[in-house]
Amino acid sequence: MKASRFTAAHQSMTFSRRMMLVGGAQAAFGGLLVARLGYLSVAQNKHYRLLSESNRVQLIIVPPRRGWIVDRRGKPIAINRSDFRVDLIPEQVEHPTETLRTLTDILQLTPDDVDRIIKEMKASRGYQPVQVAENVPYDQYAAITVRLPELPGVSPQRGFSRFYPAGPAVAHLVGFVGAASAKDYEKEKNPLLVTPGFKIGKEGLEKVLEPKLRGIPGGQRVELTARGKLVRELEPKPDRSGQTVQLTIDADLQEYAARRMGDQSGALVAMDVTGGDLLAYVSMPAFDPNSFSDGIGRTEWRMLSEDDHIPLLNKVAQGLYPSGSTIKPAMALAFLKQGIDPARRVNCPGGIRIGNRYFRCDAVHGSMDMHSAIERSCNTYFWATGLITDPEKTTEMVQYLGYGEKFDLPIPSQRFGTMPSPKWLKEKYHREWQGYDTANTSIGQGYVLINPMQLAVMPARLASGKLLLPRLLMPDRRLPTPNLDVDPAHLEIVRKAMSAVVNERGTAVGSKLPLEGILMAGKTGTAQVFKLGQRGHQSNWALRDHALFISFAPADAPRFAIGCIIEHGGFGASAAAPIVRDCMTYLFDRQKAMDALAPLEKQWGGTLAERTARRQAQFEAASKANLQA
Amino acid sequence: MMISSAIIPQPLAKLPWRLIWLVALICTIGIVTLYSAAGGSASPWALKQAITMLAFFGVAIGISYVPESFIKQMTFPAYVGIFMLLVLVEMIGFVGKGAQRWVDLGFIRLQPSEFMKPAIVLVLARFYDLLPSSDVRRWRGLWPAAALVFVPAGLILVQPDLGTAMMVILGGVTVMFIAGLPMWYFGAAAAAAAVAGPILFTMMHDYQRKRVLIFLDPESDPLGAGYHISQSKIAIGSGGVWGKGYLNGSQSHLDYLPEGHTDFVFATFVEEWGLVGGALLIIAFFMVIRWGMSVSRKAKTRFGQLAAAGLTATIFFYVSINLMMVMGLAPVVGIPLPLVSFGGSAVMTVMICLGILMALERQSRTRSSLS
Repeated sequence: MKASRFTAAHQSMTFSRRMMLVGGAQAAFGGLLVARLGYLSVAQNKHYRLLSESNRVQLIIVPPRRGWIVDRRGKPIAINRSDFRVDLIPEQVEHPTETLRTLTDILQLTPDDVDRIIKEMKASRGYQPVQVAENVPYDQYAAITVRLPELPGVSPQRGFSRFYPAGPAVAHLVGFVGAASAKDYEKEKNPLLVTPGFKIGKEGLEKVLEPKLRGIPGGQRVELTARGKLVRELEPKPDRSGQTVQLTIDADLQEYAARRMGDQSGALVAMDVTGGDLLAYVSMPAFDPNSFSDGIGRTEWRMLSEDDHIPLLNKVAQGLYPSGSTIKPAMALAFLKQGIDPARRVNCPGGIRIGNRYFRCDAVHGSMDMHSAIERSCNTYFWATGLITDPEKTTEMVQYLGYGEKFDLPIPSQRFGTMPSPKWLKEKYHREWQGYDTANTSIGQGYVLINPMQLAVMPARLASGKLLLPRLLMPDRRLPTPNLDVDPAHLEIVRKAMSAVVNERGTAVGSKLPLEGILMAGKTGTAQVFKLGQRGHQSNWALRDHALFISFAPADAPRFAIGCIIEHGGFGASAAAPIVRDCMTYLFDRQKAMDALAPLEKQWGGTLAERTARRQAQFEAASKANLQA
Repeated sequence: MMISSAIIPQPLAKLPWRLIWLVALICTIGIVTLYSAAGGSASPWALKQAITMLAFFGVAIGISYVPESFIKQMTFPAYVGIFMLLVLVEMIGFVGKGAQRWVDLGFIRLQPSEFMKPAIVLVLARFYDLLPSSDVRRWRGLWPAAALVFVPAGLILVQPDLGTAMMVILGGVTVMFIAGLPMWYFGAAAAAAAVAGPILFTMMHDYQRKRVLIFLDPESDPLGAGYHISQSKIAIGSGGVWGKGYLNGSQSHLDYLPEGHTDFVFATFVEEWGLVGGALLIIAFFMVIRWGMSVSRKAKTRFGQLAAAGLTATIFFYVSINLMMVMGLAPVVGIPLPLVSFGGSAVMTVMICLGILMALERQSRTRSSLS
């Protein structure tokens, strides 16, 4: 047997051999270990150093201050107001339940808030703070500060919140800010968006100008332990505030117009006819953007969205209305261009038959020429003259003057309406243009839909004779505006007629400017909402006609143009024209305009600010009642 | 090798000074690192560890005077005693760190599996010492040895302590290998292990299974169970050639590195001392092991040869399994780096091994001088 031959000598030889094997294996292992060490610390050094550094250092984002929005004179429209906020750093909280209970007591948190905080605390990692409350009143903030020693992990801070001094007056112009939604975060993947207290523009200019207004976040670089404990603060990276954006808006006029509109539902746009600067951009009634920026309550939202004056709708950008008779100056210009003699007379017996339908005028005007037809707003003249001109060309001129035109403004989701023409009708409804289409279009009814912006652009172009484009942002450089491709003599005829509307025997003589030597030119419009033949005052507000007014002043050397629509205001002359008159007055003599406003506001129950505060109290009461129910 | 000077008294001069300096160097590295791991403080680890080391070093020196014959005599009784303690742990041991490992004798907490590491080596050395050389390649040369190894290893495995069980088996197998058992045994065993591996895997505890899986792909779960390995590799890799400087290791000081004072102490050390420090420590250990192997080669008795090689292998496995684990070459099995990690057990085991090695070395010298 082989085993029997295994002797002590064999054993000794085997021992030496195996010892060599074991020693060799050990040496090989030693070599392997050193090689591995070398690989990790030399070849992979860069990789691991980076990981170690990102372990060690965390960036606490310091949100930048949002850029201001100021008016043409530098008056603030949207600014930042310092406020108090309370955050929680979950890693540092020692007794979560007790801490939350104390915070709930002091800050009067609702169960919803507490739920949210608990959820966010569970999801948070490392030093990432969780918001407990913002806009904390000073006494609550002080109460927390005093009790800090027993509340580890709670961090009361001074922060900034957006403030709109004019409140609802600028709501639809600037929009509002709010915390970024999950969707916003998905889009950008920017950790700044989920930093407590950081707000982004949600509507209006705040939304469109977001890239400019946001600024660059700073960072507090901190060294943290694995458990999120702060070891020391490293050199901070300062934040850069957002840029200030200057608007062409005149904040005072904007606020005045908003106040002057009172509780009526409508829109007003004022424009400087020298360059196209928008001076006022008002949609009323409006919400208070300040309460939106703080996070609006559910009750307030519901009450706002149920309001029939639709305060949540930006009527300047999205409201579309029949232009009514405000189209007539443009019509007249179109007729002139097509060779119609301004002295040509049309008899108005109180209406006209077109086809088998009788179109009724507002009154029996008798013999009308172009001037008096505009002055008195005689439909018959425009029906009759429309029928002897080319509707395609007429529409072209009206469009050229602004109705139905698209403007490039920094406003999200704008609607621009329609100026119908035979070609358009064919494309859209596949039918031929008829006489009654001409008739409807001639007086701004039928398919005609315009937005309030166009209501200002139209008189601005007529007044200046220039192809003005509205602008909201103060330009660095003002380019000369091209002249309208219209005979100046024709423009003069139209302007004179518009002046007569207000200053002679026209439809808006009640709205003469109360100023020495300054005349306003204008044109009223009444856009029918319900049924022809039932015009004028309706007891049912929602069925009343819309009142419109376009104007410019001074009539002889135009500086400003204003367009205004008051929803369901009845006749343009009675609802819209006085508002435009006062706003125009304001541009020349502020005191006089304020004097006119005072008795009105007394009658409405206080200034806009007072009424807003009262509404806010109503919202709060309703919300409290809801909570108890 | 020996310091032979007239000034130094004879008993001192006869101590293996090269080994003692190496051990002192390794222990110093350990204490210095523990001082840093505590954030630059002697408490709670460095001072305590220094005392433990000194005490067990005294024990080692004491053991070095024990004659080989006495060690031989004591081997079987000691093995049986430790084996009984292991059984006792199973019966009255209590749960700590998710594993049943201690037996509380009232005045001291004993971890018998720790003693089993040198005991298994000695008992096998004794067994092959007694076995006639003609029987080495026979069945009776295998099964008693296998039983001596695998029964206690099994007991340790169910504690459960995979790391220690593995070390007991590896130590025993090394002695069997050097004793001259047929090569094919080991080949077959390796093949069997390759087959049994997956089966064993299904029998493992959840935490062990997780550790194996994460070892295979640590990056798959860098914040969960793979955290240990990931952070350890970051600590080692970020140290670079020269390290971040003493007391400047961010991974260990900011608590990113878990167990930075025990199992992962090597990572703490290398983060601050870099490749240079790490290589120095590995070389120091390698020199200790080389010294142990030379003791084995020079031993005059078969027991001395086998025991010395086995004890050296135990130290070797201790060090290399820990380092492989820390550098991501082996799963996390919970084996400390002897003489460097905080904790008394490993120091005790390694010092006992070194004490016996020194005794065997002294024996071989005195015998040779006698002959």
